[in-house]
Amino acid sequence: MRNSQSTLTLSIIGFGAVGQGVATIVQNVPHIKVVAIADSKGVARMPDLNDVLARKRGGQPIANSNLTALDVIRTIDHDVVVEVTPTNIQGGEPGLTHVREALKNKRNVVTSNKGPLVAAFDELTQLAYTNGVALRYEATVGGAMPIVNLIRDTLAGARVLDIRGVLNGTCNYILTRMAEEALDYDQVLSEAQDMGIAEADPTYDVAGIDTACKVIILANAFFGRHATFADVDVTGIDRITQDALQLARQRGFAVKLVGDVQELTVSPKLIPIAHPLNVSGTLNAASILTDTAGEITVAGKGAGSIETASAILSDVLSLMRDRT
Amino acid sequence: MRISMDLELQDRPGQLKHVLTPISDLGGNIASIVHHHDKKTFRNTVPVSVIFDIEEQTLEELQEGLEKNGVAIVRIGKMRLRARTHILLIGHIIHTNLRETIDEIDGTGFAEVQDLSLSMPAIDGPSSAVITIMATGDEELKKSIGILRQIAERKDLLFIEPLDERGSPGGVSNEE
Repeated sequence: MRNSQSTLTLSIIGFGAVGQGVATIVQNVPHIKVVAIADSKGVARMPDLNDVLARKRGGQPIANSNLTALDVIRTIDHDVVVEVTPTNIQGGEPGLTHVREALKNKRNVVTSNKGPLVAAFDELTQLAYTNGVALRYEATVGGAMPIVNLIRDTLAGARVLDIRGVLNGTCNYILTRMAEEALDYDQVLSEAQDMGIAEADPTYDVAGIDTACKVIILANAFFGRHATFADVDVTGIDRITQDALQLARQRGFAVKLVGDVQELTVSPKLIPIAHPLNVSGTLNAASILTDTAGEITVAGKGAGSIETASAILSDVLSLMRDRT
Repeated sequence: MRISMDLELQDRPGQLKHVLTPISDLGGNIASIVHHHDKKTFRNTVPVSVIFDIEEQTLEELQEGLEKNGVAIVRIGKMRLRARTHILLIGHIIHTNLRETIDEIDGTGFAEVQDLSLSMPAIDGPSSAVITIMATGDEELKKSIGILRQIAERKDLLFIEPLDERGSPGGVSNEE
């Protein structure tokens, strides 16, 4: 990298929940300097993090320059672009352009944004490779739950045969509450919307689209599948009834929305109550089937501002390690 | 198909190969074999029970082979349904003729619907059912799950099957 050996410079592109989470936790990390933060309205150049966080929370603009996000990516000399704009599965913009431009300008990219990776995984990984920079995306799958780096680094000695996971906290919350409290789908969905666990338009989560995006990213990353959204067979949870969950429970099963990476499917599945993938609430879990290490299951918080930021920070820190 | 056979062997060393060779020659896979030395018959033969998996159409040939080897066959049992799974269906199950769904599985000859629990909260609302299917073996079970999946698709029912287990307990299980 081109900057000083001691300090890693980064920009935060997108200042929603995840971007604010990143700004919050990097304050406590030595040798990281945020050189710019872009939200949808403008750019804060050399921001005082406490100040911009306070302004954002108070609904005030954070911009202190005439720059755009793309100006930051193209013209400000820095090491890492943290791309955390919202996921757009229709073409991946604006994240796709951000990531593409960052890589072309030989900047490392750390992202939680599934859109660009679903839209152009092969192009972006190739672009990173030819420009000699890294594209890291631990935060796109499973939030704080380690999976991408776990497979790539820790499980490097095993061949991964399949990955199956409960990868959407909203669906898992809904199914857990329906089963445990004998509540109807609509009731629990409204409750989840009230708590901020589900969006006003819940389709992205409950129709299995979010899980499918994660399946695509893992399939492309670990099985070289060149998969896009059209390749995934997706069934959501919106037709599941409370009675069905009770019937399943009487037979010793829970119902979970499972993404199967090798099969490229997303569908509700019966899971034995004692199975490690049977995690409750908003938790995520993934089982990684390997040739030599057997089956390894991880679970953790799949969403949340600070939780997702922790995955981003782990990617940033690993870039820092790679540099020394 | 899983077969259990009660046989009688001459009480002489080296007789067991007269049982094992024909079974393995026909591609059979032995699951269990018990030599009842303590239950010698008045004919001075030793009862042997053997349980194995073999293609059904080779059974007749096997019987001939055993008899040619001087093995007396006392009883042949076809242990038919040994693989079991549960499937959850959600939708207008009743309106779409449940009987027909069950008949289609039962009609295969290798699988049957063993149990069905139904929950119908409202006459016009979707109902939910857990169907327990048993089949003669794991392959047959997979086939019957496939049939049920097709029926569910045709009738616009949500079809939820167990997570396919890879050697760990739960999901699809074998039963004697």
